[in-house]
Amino acid sequence: MTPLAKLLEAALFASARPVPVDELSALDADASSAEVRAALDEIRGHYDAEGHGVELVEIGGGWQVLTRPEYTEAIERAQLAARPQRLSAAALETLAIIAYRQPIGRSEVEEIRGVNVGSILKSLNERGLIDVVGRAEGLGRPLLYGTTPLFLEHFALRHLEELPRADELAIALRQPLADAPPPDASMSS
Amino acid sequence: MTSIQPEVVIADGPAFLSSPESRVPSADSAFVVELTAFSGPLDLLLALIRDEKVDIYDIPIARVAQQFLLRIRTLGLNEAADYLEMAARLMRIKAQMLLPRPDGDAWEDPRAELVRRLLEYQQMREIVDVLEHRADERRRQFARAYVQDQAAPPTAPLALSLSELFAAVDRVLRSVRDPHMHDVVARPLDVPAAIEVIRALLALKMRLTWTDVVRADAQPWQVLSALLGLLELARLGELRVAQPRPFANVEISRDPTSEAA
Repeated sequence: MTPLAKLLEAALFASARPVPVDELSALDADASSAEVRAALDEIRGHYDAEGHGVELVEIGGGWQVLTRPEYTEAIERAQLAARPQRLSAAALETLAIIAYRQPIGRSEVEEIRGVNVGSILKSLNERGLIDVVGRAEGLGRPLLYGTTPLFLEHFALRHLEELPRADELAIALRQPLADAPPPDASMSS
Repeated sequence: MTSIQPEVVIADGPAFLSSPESRVPSADSAFVVELTAFSGPLDLLLALIRDEKVDIYDIPIARVAQQFLLRIRTLGLNEAADYLEMAARLMRIKAQMLLPRPDGDAWEDPRAELVRRLLEYQQMREIVDVLEHRADERRRQFARAYVQDQAAPPTAPLALSLSELFAAVDRVLRSVRDPHMHDVVARPLDVPAAIEVIRALLALKMRLTWTDVVRADAQPWQVLSALLGLLELARLGELRVAQPRPFANVEISRDPTSEAA
């Protein structure tokens, strides 16, 4: 491996979170982001070609070294690491709405889901999957929620655009996602 | 307002709220549902529409509303509000559907808003499926475990042998110029004896001074014993202690009241 690839491998090993490319570029002042990307490809190819037990994946806006899926059960059986808990259906529904309509207020989430979501928003916030990203105009200036980098990490997404687009779903959205106006504009009931 | 049709089977006992697999088959595709399996009234409504195999764009609202009411009969109070709101909405749509329709295309389908919400909800459920699948994939891989920040690095163990320790003690002892060790013996104060001396002196004279009580060559322990004895006698009211001005000789006199007593 090239010296840059070794440096990046060490940095990725040391970090517990996915590391964005610009942070990796900061490790070597002489390396351009194109060179960093090439070095990342080199590491990934190295892991794949030599059959390593870990792989390098692009996730949550950065790069991360992860164990390969085939070893999950053995690692868990040995109690070296535990899988995160699965989210409930109610939490997943709430997250899906926020992911597509962010920034979005609580009342709009409730309109789509048809149930009260106060406590679910709180626990999603505590788990770091969503965060308050602002306040809406209008009565009471309600809090607006959006997803966090941890959300991307949890769902193995590189970025939000990786979520399926409206035309890829079986049923069309009320409005196309790509050129969606602010969520308030569509809420007329 | 809605009578429950006899052909709908509702199982008795705990089977009613069991897993969806325990649905009771019947000729009318009536089934037993676990309400907690639904994440909200829209979810329940979608399931009804699926099971009744009706067109979502042309919902037989009376039938669906009746099925909906059937399902929510066993609701707990906590979850009731969300479902009751939907039940009321369905009944209103049902009523609106019964009204005579005006001629021409001015008629607006009262089900339109409900259909829009159902489609929106359905779409959101598809996204949930995608997210759930991705989360399951991700859960099959482990990242480096989170390592808690350590406040301070642990100190390395001392590299020291016993002979080195003895050598160090030897060096310290050699460096001391005068190795004479002085034994300090604590000399206890003797307050009771001092009190006896003061009482004896006061029996001879009405008035005393500090220098009468403490001799010029007195040891510190004797001075302190005399002082504590004086204070004790003053506390008991046997004598009075006065000092006319700072640093003047302390005057001690018999207390007249104690003498009277």
